[in-house]
Amino acid sequence: MSTSVNTTQEMKPPEPPGFRTWVRKNLFNNWFNSLLTIASIVLIYVVISSLVRWIFTQADWTPVVQFPFLYLVGQYPREELWRMGLLLAIYSLMVGMSWRKWSTIMRVLTVTYASFFVVMAIWLVLPYIWPDVPLEKVELWIPIALFANLGIIAIGYLIGGSKRISTRVLLIAWLLSLLISLLLLYGTPVLGLIDIVPTSLWGGLLVTLLLAIGAIFLSFPLGVLLALGRRSSLPVIRILCTVFIETIRGVPLITILFLFSLIVPLFLPAGWRIDRLMRALIGMTIFSSAYTAENVRGGLAAIPYGQREAAEALGHSNFQITALIVLPQALRLVIPPIVGQFIALFKDTTLASGVAVLELLAVGRSIVNSDPAFIGLQLEVLGFIALIFWVLSYMMSTASRRLEASLGVGKR
Amino acid sequence: MNDKIGEKSPVIITRDVHKWFGDFHALKGISMDVHQGEVVVIFGPSGSGKSTFIRTINRLEKHEQGEIIVDGIELSHDVRNIEKIRMETGMVFQQFNLFPHLTVLSNITLAPIWVRKWKKPEAEEIGMQLLERVGIPEQANKFPGQLSGGQQQRVAIARALAMQPKIMLFDEPTSALDPEMIKEVLDVMIELAKTGMTMVVVTHEMGFARGVADRMYFFDEGLIVESGTPHDIFHNPQEDRTKLFLSQILKH
Repeated sequence: MSTSVNTTQEMKPPEPPGFRTWVRKNLFNNWFNSLLTIASIVLIYVVISSLVRWIFTQADWTPVVQFPFLYLVGQYPREELWRMGLLLAIYSLMVGMSWRKWSTIMRVLTVTYASFFVVMAIWLVLPYIWPDVPLEKVELWIPIALFANLGIIAIGYLIGGSKRISTRVLLIAWLLSLLISLLLLYGTPVLGLIDIVPTSLWGGLLVTLLLAIGAIFLSFPLGVLLALGRRSSLPVIRILCTVFIETIRGVPLITILFLFSLIVPLFLPAGWRIDRLMRALIGMTIFSSAYTAENVRGGLAAIPYGQREAAEALGHSNFQITALIVLPQALRLVIPPIVGQFIALFKDTTLASGVAVLELLAVGRSIVNSDPAFIGLQLEVLGFIALIFWVLSYMMSTASRRLEASLGVGKR
Repeated sequence: MNDKIGEKSPVIITRDVHKWFGDFHALKGISMDVHQGEVVVIFGPSGSGKSTFIRTINRLEKHEQGEIIVDGIELSHDVRNIEKIRMETGMVFQQFNLFPHLTVLSNITLAPIWVRKWKKPEAEEIGMQLLERVGIPEQANKFPGQLSGGQQQRVAIARALAMQPKIMLFDEPTSALDPEMIKEVLDVMIELAKTGMTMVVVTHEMGFARGVADRMYFFDEGLIVESGTPHDIFHNPQEDRTKLFLSQILKH
């Protein structure tokens, strides 16, 4: 008995293989694999080296570098840009506090958000340090103010440690800042405190983010309600929800956007107008809610019936069973498909250019078309825009993976 | 035993209860009285309707004919009556059915807070007392998935008790457990029986029945074939089907 104990103590897990063994085992274990490995290396070298050569020697980045504000906010009046500054400062504070509070998912978002300021500040100082850059010299306080946001994030991080900032307080603060930012961007017509900036002047990344965030936050609750409605025991509600979902899912987004920009005005009383941006937002929200509904329905179907029975036996009402027991479990299950759908939605905002909304891609194309000197420079502009979309999409998927891990999807 | 029951009217009365699943006649007229403080064991082969019957008592299954009266409240289509009866009866399931997204303590306090409208600290205090009673206070902040089957079932019992029910229903509480965990759950149930809780238990644990049951009912094919005290059932069964079934489950 004692000898067997000794042997188990001496047993160690096998050493992980060294680098050379790993390479031989995985990349060169037979002639076909060796051939594939060498071919891949050659291919990767050719692609990367020509890409690097193009980026640094052949490409002309003038149409990208010259118009930082166009890409960011479109035609938003330059003398009203202070509003954007105020708004960013508010968000910096919020991001900092949320980073402290929900570090698992906020870290990657904070890093992306902070790097935005660094990139923008460097971009705007370029003409000072490098006179050849075809860029108007902005007042120096702007890049400095941008940098200052890093400080505001840090302050938010410190405040976020306070016990008074509970999850509920933070969520309410986020809702308030979203509301305030809309009032700030549009102006407050009631009080007449600040002038109205019509949304036809809004553009670029501002509009892309507004459409994406707006459609995500509006379509999510709508989609959950539709999913619950489709499983309702009341036939009228069930049929209505099913017809709605199946109709919307059967129509391409661009068609819905066209329809909404034509149909919505017909339903409004004479003299009323909803601007283009709003119509695009409504179209995207409705489109996305149908997909959310189907994803959530999958999650609802995965919850065992015993959960509902146990809750019924305890005397919970139907509403409580849905809100406290079934939905929380179902939503946790569907995080991966829902995030995937939201990333798709974010990229689909480019379709809004079809109904004359000047989002990021539309701005890029109009810049290329604005000056004969830019003919043939589409690739640079498209590459730049693609990079922005990739960074933000990748941020979303990383944040969702961390959220899944922290909630233990598939483990509990 | 009669002095224990006293002169009170039964706390559960069922009269000629019928239930169909499609064309299948699952309950063919069950009549049973359960008195305050009584422990009733229901046993029988699978498909005999014993689980279906216990589930009609708190309306997890709707009976289609006959009457069920729990604590003086008639079980009918009236939703308010169903709610009242569910607040008076606790239920423990074969598969535990704990809420996996909530901690052990939150599993126990959820219904007291939302259904009984207790304050959270109050509910948590009682929740901790119940966890002590079932012997696992140290697991309060874990999630159900981190507990063994026996521990989960003990949490499920505590969860049902938190609503301070007058009656406890057990639907095969040990059938999904590994053998070494059955005892810890039965011990909790025996302790509960000794405190005078009215219990209806569907089980094949004959040791438990012999020890604490006041009456036993043998179900087969949707009917009560035979009933009596454990002594009658084990030592003097009248029906051939009872004898056969007992010989099958007691053989090993």
